[in-house]
Amino acid sequence: MTAVADFARPPILELRALRKSYNIGTPIEAEVLHGIDLTISRGEFVALIGPSGSGKSTLLNVIGLLEPMTSGDYILAGQSVAALDDAALTLCRGNTLGFVFQFHHLLPAFTALENVLMPSLIRSGTFSASERARGLELLSRVGLREAANKKPGQLSGGMQQRVAIARALARNSPLVLADEPTGNLDTHSADEVFALMRQFNLEEGTTFLIVTHDPRLAARCDRIVELVDGQIRRPASWTGTDS
Amino acid sequence: MPTIGFALTVAVRFLREGRFQSLLIIVGVAVGVGVVTYISALIDGLQGNTIRRTLGTQAHIVVKQIEERAVPSLRAADSNIAREIQPRAQRTRSIDNWRAMMAEMQSTPNVVAATPIAAGAGLAVRGEASRSISLVGIELEGYDRIVALREKVVGGIARVAPGEAMIGLQLAQDLGVGLGERIVIRTGGEASDNYKIIGIFDLGSRELNRRQVYVSLKSAQSLLNIPGGVTNIYASVSDLFGARETAQRLKARTGYEIESWMESNAQLLSALNAQSISTGIIRGFTAIVVMLGIASVLVVSVVQKRKEIGILRAMGATRWQMTQVFLMQGAIVGLIGSVLGVLFAHLLILLFMTFARGGDGQPLFVIALQWQLSLKVAVIATICGVLAAATPARRAAQLDPAQAIRL
Repeated sequence: MTAVADFARPPILELRALRKSYNIGTPIEAEVLHGIDLTISRGEFVALIGPSGSGKSTLLNVIGLLEPMTSGDYILAGQSVAALDDAALTLCRGNTLGFVFQFHHLLPAFTALENVLMPSLIRSGTFSASERARGLELLSRVGLREAANKKPGQLSGGMQQRVAIARALARNSPLVLADEPTGNLDTHSADEVFALMRQFNLEEGTTFLIVTHDPRLAARCDRIVELVDGQIRRPASWTGTDS
Repeated sequence: MPTIGFALTVAVRFLREGRFQSLLIIVGVAVGVGVVTYISALIDGLQGNTIRRTLGTQAHIVVKQIEERAVPSLRAADSNIAREIQPRAQRTRSIDNWRAMMAEMQSTPNVVAATPIAAGAGLAVRGEASRSISLVGIELEGYDRIVALREKVVGGIARVAPGEAMIGLQLAQDLGVGLGERIVIRTGGEASDNYKIIGIFDLGSRELNRRQVYVSLKSAQSLLNIPGGVTNIYASVSDLFGARETAQRLKARTGYEIESWMESNAQLLSALNAQSISTGIIRGFTAIVVMLGIASVLVVSVVQKRKEIGILRAMGATRWQMTQVFLMQGAIVGLIGSVLGVLFAHLLILLFMTFARGGDGQPLFVIALQWQLSLKVAVIATICGVLAAATPARRAAQLDPAQAIRL
């Protein structure tokens, strides 16, 4: 089965001729992404690979609405985001996207459960009993029910990353962006974290876009997108790599 | 709609996380607030005390006779005539129609009491000794409402029945008289009369204790040769600092010569004003220093928390929510700091009352920290905290989440 077959499902995101430059209007202006065309369907589990400096993180930030694109079009969950202002982008980000960062970026002042519930707290200023139950359930599913009231400082790197995954899923975001989620974990923890993401992908239909350096993990994704020098390399040799 | 709950929760956690920083800044606010509150209460007490002492023996508003002027029969425009106009010597005269004026004053807003006075110069004589005095004829009831004479009696009783007089401590000493003994009081013409000392008072000023002699209004009228007349009307007001305005209004309406304590104590008043201005400056600068302290700690906190701010933004927190988080921290610091500061001020006041005592072992004067002042200080400190947090909060909001996370 190839990725092409996934076009039967509606796309969660579409990038068309997307370009991104830094330091626009200055002598050191540099274009990092040179016209990206990319479509990811709902429920896909996609790896984004490429050498350092190829623009992976920039692409992920643009997709994550953390940085504006310079030109082109970006349709996220059926909505073009090119013309949205900061408040609308923030709302869109909160409703559509979950993030898992390399250095697990939990808030050290809050417990694991509170970190998971943070998106709800941001949205409504408090969390309901059902949201709390969902948070605890997510922690159980990542195997950390016992650690719910511990602060991130008391958890290992792998555990923190599992909390981060639970957080990314706390509001049923349809698309989770993961920037090297296993980057600083040992092989065993990396496998665990990866397996969890795969499990949520299969059980809940959450779409994942994972930046990774690890070819072993990339090979276990539905599809691999390779970024080289700010452009997507035609997928001939990579698509259809099935685990 | 995002509520304040998020900002409050995150602000409290951020403050608790940066324990030492938070403690430092709260102590800073507390000291600032404490000193400002203490100084405010001290100055209020001092000024209240000064005014009380000054006005303890004075009427707030005094109606006087209109000065007599010499009216030249030649017009001033006629420059060919050399002339010199001498001011007239002022006789002791009665205020015209003073009963009507009394009624008028009593119906004026802000005036609480008014009483007639017949006052003039005289001599108190006992045997060889004679002292020049200021003879004051009063109606005790009315006068007491204005000057609280009864409280100031230190010997005998307060009464001004016919043939009785009340004199001050110093005069009693000078003349060598005691209670029940008699003195003769003489005034300008040939008038003189014999009085029994019924009460001795202490007005809090040697000068007044030496000069003031109270007799009944009728006695004074006959001694001063103004039968049925009065030389002044004394009045007290409820709003002390409205006295000038009340006096001016009365003056404009009636045409009488009317003066308030604010004119007769202009120097005192300007001293009090200068004091108030100095206190204001101290308060202002303390507020600025405290605000700078809060702002600098929060600026550092924004830098330290860049990553967290980035994560919160990535998870859907708006710029305004991030602004709120830091404004809230400013408010919390201001509020907690001011509560501690008010307690600190109470301690300082307690120390002052315990250790700053006069020769008689009594506190120099009483300062009380009123809850209104405490509340006002707390509200102002909280607002200052929010204002101080404005710049750091804006920085936090402007932070680019992508950059913040990458760090």
